[in-house]
Amino acid sequence: MSLMHDIAFTLNGVKRGATVRVDMSALDMLREVVGLTGTKYGCGEGECGACTIQVDGLSINSCLMFAVDCHGREVVTIEGLADDPASGRAAALRDAFVEHGAVQCGFCTPGMMMQASHLLDKHPHADEAGIKRGIEGNICRCTGYKKIVDAIVDVSKQERGA
Amino acid sequence: MTDIQKYFAPTSLDQALDCLRDGDVTILAGGTDLMPQSQAGKLRFKRTLMNIRRVPELIGVARQGGDICIGALTTVTELMDNALVQRHLPVLVDACDHFASDQIRNSATLGGNICNASPAGDTLIPLLVLDARVELASKNKGRLNWRSLPLAEFFTGPGKTRRAPNELLVGVRIPLPEPGGVAYFHKFGTRPALDISTISIGIAGTLRRGALFNVRVAFGAVAPTVVRAPRTEQALEGQRLDPHSIAQVAEVARDEVTPIDDLRASAWYRKELIHNMTKRMLDHVAHA
Repeated sequence: MSLMHDIAFTLNGVKRGATVRVDMSALDMLREVVGLTGTKYGCGEGECGACTIQVDGLSINSCLMFAVDCHGREVVTIEGLADDPASGRAAALRDAFVEHGAVQCGFCTPGMMMQASHLLDKHPHADEAGIKRGIEGNICRCTGYKKIVDAIVDVSKQERGA
Repeated sequence: MTDIQKYFAPTSLDQALDCLRDGDVTILAGGTDLMPQSQAGKLRFKRTLMNIRRVPELIGVARQGGDICIGALTTVTELMDNALVQRHLPVLVDACDHFASDQIRNSATLGGNICNASPAGDTLIPLLVLDARVELASKNKGRLNWRSLPLAEFFTGPGKTRRAPNELLVGVRIPLPEPGGVAYFHKFGTRPALDISTISIGIAGTLRRGALFNVRVAFGAVAPTVVRAPRTEQALEGQRLDPHSIAQVAEVARDEVTPIDDLRASAWYRKELIHNMTKRMLDHVAHA
């Protein structure tokens, strides 16, 4: 019987609690305890970025984070990014991904969009090379990188009014 | 499966050291090594899982006299973005820039990279050539004990260190480089991101009239731990960097390392890499 622990944190802007196994990943908590399945399990060892979420404003691999460590922190998943109309960021990314055909099977897309959003927050003036560097921890096995990079470049330009 | 019987997230060093007294504790910081190792069954949890991420004494980068002190919880991203590190220890920023991916850099801590004691740990090579010391704290009969030792003496094998089970790595202390000090890092992998080094090299010293003095050389992924290379250091010490001396030093470096064959490279290839990359780095120093 695994040890359980109660945590309280902010998920997509809403305070909530959860009871989690102490050795459970944040990814398993999101998918199995909370029931938000937008965040994907890809490799389970931090290589592919499909599970990217933001914690206290930084992108991280949720498969490498212990769920108990979410206690007291602000967690944003792809569902939260989609729900934030104030920034318009999610809508801009979604539209650009559609327009550039940056979604093929779609499995990497939530992680790509979470990482792209963090990248644009931290480096608003990132050029194509900077964007490629920024998403190097995200793997697209359809190898649609060119379209993904083009889509993020597009959003970067829109946000800078270029 | 887990044998964890207690989870504890201390909010002070004192609490953390009290918890560590019985020694049967797995320490969690960023989790980027602990999670995959535990899930793959390579690591068995101890009785207590202690999450040290909320211990303030382990946070921050500060200058103390002639040293830069870096808290164990400093993430790789925080190291890269820190003004003191950028100004005084650019070789460490360079190594961090080759570290995994943005997501992992945002979680992984310097203390974790040190205590994980990988022979290929990216931050360990610059720390070795910067003469870093590790600072360890423990508590015994209510008394706080501090111990400091050179990083070069800290590693005893893959994943193994001289940290006692009741000790906590509080941080590292790095002397400010002397005027004229130079330090270089090179990591060779098959792709830029998320790669474990095939080999890595650090070279530091004081550059005067085309020669390096007080030379420090370190190699990664060529031995059970990261290593300093005393014979290469000796061969390089005070030598005017010309094509002849550089070729000689590169040969000493190749002969000094004792790598193994594994899935990333053969021992032979690693020795060739050490030779060729050492030569390339010294050519670069000579022309800098």
